[in-house]
Formats: sequence, structure tokens, C-alpha cells
Amino acid sequence: MTDLTGYTPHKPPLPESPEQLRARIPGWGVDLSPADRPSHPKLDFRDDLTGAHWEFPERQPEKWPRERSVEHQFLTPVFGTAQPPRGVAGALRRLSYARFSEARAAHWLLLLAADRVDAGGAHLRSLLTLHPDNPVTETGVKGELTHHGASSRLGKNRADVKHQLLDPVIVAGPFVAAAGAGIGAAKALAGALRR
Amino acid sequence: MRAMVYRGPYKVRVEDKDIPAIEHPNDAVVRVTLGAICGSDLHLYHGMMPDTRIGHTFGHEFIGVVHAVGSSVQNLNVGDRVMVPFNIFCGSCWFCARGLYSNCHNVNPNASAIGGIYGYSHTCGGYDGGQAEFVRVPFADVGPALIPDWMSDEDAVLLTDACPTGYFGAQLGEITEGDVVVVFGAGPVGLFAAKSAWLMGAGRVLVVDHLDYRLEKARTFAHAETFNFTEHDDIVLEMKKQTDFLGADVAIDAVGAEADGNLLMHVTSAKLKLQGGSPVALNWAIDAVRKGGTVSVVGAYGPLFSAVKFGDAMNKGLTIRANQCPVKRQWPRLFEHVKNGYLTPSDIVTHRFPLEDIAEGYHVFSAKLDGIIKPLVVPSAA
Ligand SMILES: NC(=O)c1ccc[n+]([C@@H]2O[C@H](COP(=O)([O-])OP(=O)(O)OC[C@H]3O[C@@H](n4cnc5c(N)ncnc54)[C@H](O)[C@@H]3O)[C@@H](O)[C@H]2O)c1
Ligand SMILES: [Zn+2]
Ligand SMILES: [Zn+2]
Repeated sequence: MTDLTGYTPHKPPLPESPEQLRARIPGWGVDLSPADRPSHPKLDFRDDLTGAHWEFPERQPEKWPRERSVEHQFLTPVFGTAQPPRGVAGALRRLSYARFSEARAAHWLLLLAADRVDAGGAHLRSLLTLHPDNPVTETGVKGELTHHGASSRLGKNRADVKHQLLDPVIVAGPFVAAAGAGIGAAKALAGALRR
Repeated sequence: MRAMVYRGPYKVRVEDKDIPAIEHPNDAVVRVTLGAICGSDLHLYHGMMPDTRIGHTFGHEFIGVVHAVGSSVQNLNVGDRVMVPFNIFCGSCWFCARGLYSNCHNVNPNASAIGGIYGYSHTCGGYDGGQAEFVRVPFADVGPALIPDWMSDEDAVLLTDACPTGYFGAQLGEITEGDVVVVFGAGPVGLFAAKSAWLMGAGRVLVVDHLDYRLEKARTFAHAETFNFTEHDDIVLEMKKQTDFLGADVAIDAVGAEADGNLLMHVTSAKLKLQGGSPVALNWAIDAVRKGGTVSVVGAYGPLFSAVKFGDAMNKGLTIRANQCPVKRQWPRLFEHVKNGYLTPSDIVTHRFPLEDIAEGYHVFSAKLDGIIKPLVVPSAA
């Protein structure tokens, strides 16, 4: 940028002065003082407790044994109840929470494994319902047609296009596995009937 | 009610679910009138966040109308128009009492390191989110705020996450007058970080991404100089050239776990889940900033380890500041900035998907098609 020939104590000059910046950019410098910035200082005691009218909130009823991190002293007074643990995936999740702290890779790897089991199982189960998983509608690939899939990528020098090719593999994986399991089950059944 | 549900990596659909119930005396149930998809949702969508259960409803950016309130709610009434910060927080724990709303200790039994977030897996508390017609809002007296009359719905929904997070990213950079600020990522968060850096007196703002259409937005919306990293052999070296070989005063990571630019890093994290996140942008930030400088990390990473170049951070004497944004703490000042026209949140909205078409919305946003920057989600009954 500049023709500095050595490392000196000076800050390299800027291309624009504060006056120029103020003229070009609406609001330049209005929060120059850290005191004008929100969330400053980082720890700032709030006397009003931000609208809370309790020092410790009432406890939400625990309707089933709620899994929790062993790094918590007790079940937090409020918690989500969105998808209670179920089946094999649920057992893996409970094990991960009960056995390993958040500091342990095993905790997170078990949870990730449970996620894959959950997805595979849900997919298989859906095939037995009136609303089976539909790889076309659920992946939203229609967007390729309605939102310029080709022209959004071609000749654009994008770094993500290379690995986007892997996406269908990740999506198709469970479907291929499910088909495999289906064929295996059919064979086993056929074998059993023959006997 | 209709709600988006997760069906496994890269798969979502809309299903009928029960309208959420009041589960705690300080709960509210909010009827969602407008929502959005965040870059963070993509980490869930791609199956990167541990304990993302099948059937989970995503969505932590939403506004709506209060539909029901629990017996102890004092500050909200049925029918109020509210904006809801993406953080779920109690207001009274050690952390909330000191303003660390994104680090609340009373709302997430699943992890002590992480606060509560709507629709963000069980690792963030197991709450269903707002890409649905209704959503449970815990601590109704603490989190939500009435939408001011003068504020548009689109500005309000962007103020529940993307805009305050971008401003927060700039703020964590501890910018002083005349600082050279490099922002990695020109998504919604990076764009707001770049725009906010000027408010704090930055002398130059440089934005790095690989999507030309987003870099174009960084020039027009955020008045920044832009760099497409695919056009440079080595973007860190280019940043050194830009800064007289000292490095930038401040570097902001507004990319997070799915950073591109190194195929091995991307594939081992985003596809194989062997790392908590691809640290490409974070490492670039560490290497591009000057010694004694500040690296601000608002890009999100998973709880597993990542291959971060910590030796460089240590030897360079860097200050590293990071957090989820404590949205409500940002609001009063940011409302003024929106009113004065210094921040114009809805300017980055490019797409509006009906809730019923949300699978398409996720695909288009994930694959970055059609010039997408910020997609909104419009519930069926809104
Ligand atoms: N801290 C918080 O409170 C908070 C809140 C919201 C979002 N986030 C996180 O912020 C990040 C960005 O969110 P967003 O909504 O803007 O997402 P986004 O996906 O729209 O944007 C990410 C951008 O980064 C670009 N990118 C990828 N690799 C890059 C690299 N190596 N260098 C520079 N740019 C690169 C992408 O092309 C894209 O434009 C995400 O990780 C998200 O989870 C954090
Ligand atoms: Zn978000
Ligand atoms: Zn709290």
C-alpha cells in the first residue's frame, strides 16, 4: 500500500481521514467510545435481573427422567421437552449423558452415533407409514430448477462446489442402507418360510 | 399446527404437530408471524450438531403474537406483538445477572457449556423452534420484547439474531479509531459485522469470501473492500500485503464450522464429523491479524475439538474473544441505530419461503443458489 521501507513505530497511514469516512459512511464513529457499545463491560451486574421476579425460578415438572449433563449439579429448572429419548438411539443418548462429561470426546461421539441410528431408524419406520420419507421433496432439490442451480454455480469459482458433490452420497446413504436391509429381511423371511 | 421437522442430514419436511403447551408458569406460547433460516441452522441441517433428534423443529429467529401465557407472566399479554431473542435465558442465574444472557445456566440441562437456544438440538436444551406456526417461549418475562410501532417486521426478525450478532462480532474485536478490520465471511453475520465496524470507528474494513454475489453486497451494503479467496493463492499473504506486512488490527470469524478453502478440513468436519468444525477461517483470522491484535469469533463451532493453530495465537500474543450473542443486551442501542438508519437490517433479505416450501428454502440456502443471502420463512397462517 505505502512505500514503507522499514518496520517503524508508526501506524501505516490510512487511505481516508475520519472526515472522509464520516462523509462516506452513515454513522461512522458513533460508537467510537466503548462506553456507547452494548454488552460492555462484559460482566455488568444487572440490579433489575432483566425482568426476572425470582432469584431462582420455579421448577418445571419433570414428566420423565430427563437426561442431563453430569456437569450440572441438578436438572435445570427449565428445559426442553421436544423429543424425549426413544429406542436404541435414546438408549445411546442416555448412556452418553449418564456416563461421560462434556469434556470427553466419547460423550459427543456417542451422541453423533445416536443421531445416525435415529435417522436410519426413523427412515425405516417411515416406510411403514402413510407418510414415508421422500428423498425428492425432503431434500428440496426442486430448488435446483426453481432457483437457478446451474447458473448459480457455473463459472463462479466457488470453493464449495467440489464437496457439494458429496451431499447426495450423504442423503442417499440411509436410503441405500434401508433398501439393503429390506432385501436382507425379505431373503430371511423367504428362507424361514421355505424351512 | 404446521411445523418444519428434521428427518436426517439434508432432509426436512413439514408435518402436523400439537400446538405447544405451557410447561412452566413463566412460559408463553407465541404464534409465529415471520421467521428466518440462519447460517447456524445449516450446521444442524447438515447433521453436524450432536444430539439433533429426528422430529426436531428448527428456528431461532422469529417474531409473532402472544397466544397464551403462564400463570406467573406479568410483562406480556395475549395479543402482544413480540420479537424473541434467539437465546433462552432465565434472567437470574450467576451469568444472566451479569448480562451473559447467551450463557444462562438454568435452561439447558444437556450441556453446561452452552446456553439455551430455540430449535437448536438437544445440545442447546431440547426446545422446538420457530419454523412453525406456534412456539413455546420460556421465561416470557425475560426474553421477548414488544416490537416498537415504528419497526418493520423484517427488521424485527433480523434483530433476533443476525444483526445483533454481526454488531457483537465487531464489538468483540475491541475496535479503536482507525483500526484495520478483516471480516471472514460475507453471510448475514459477516455483512452486519462489517457494517458495524465502521460505527466503532474502523479505518478500513476488508471482507473475505468466495461467493462474488455476497462480496458485491459487502461493497454496496457494508462499504467494504472485498477479496475472493479463490482468486488468491494464499489469502493470508494477501492480507499481509494489504496491511504493510504487519497484519490487520482486528480479524473477525463470521464463518464458523463449515468453512471452505481447504477441502480436507471441510470434509473431515462438515461431511465426516471428525472435528467440531472446519477451522479454516479461524486459522486465517489468527494468521492474518497482527501480533497483539484481537480475533473475534462469532462463527459457530461444535463441541468436539477442531485443529486450531493455537501456537500462532499464543506466540502472537492475541486476544481471542468469542461468544454466542446476548441479543437482548444489544437491543436498546441497536434499536437507535436502526431508527437513525445506521443499520438497515432488512436490506439483506433476498428470499421469502412459505413454511410449506421450507425444504426448498434449506436446499437453496445450503447450496447458496440464486444469489441468496437471507431467507425468511412465512408461516401458513401468518
Ligand atoms: N455467535 C452467535 O451468536 C451466532 C449467531 C448467528 C450465527 N452464528 C454463526 O455465524 C456463522 C455465519 O452465519 P451466517 O448466517 O452469516 O451464515 P452463512 O452460511 O450465510 O455465511 C457464511 C459465509 O462464509 C463464507 N465462507 C465459507 N468459508 C469461508 C472462508 N474460509 N473464508 C471466508 N468466508 C468463507 C460462505 O461463502 C458464506 O458466505 C455461522 O457459523 C453461524 O452459525 C453465530
Ligand atoms: Zn442464528
Ligand atoms: Zn440465566
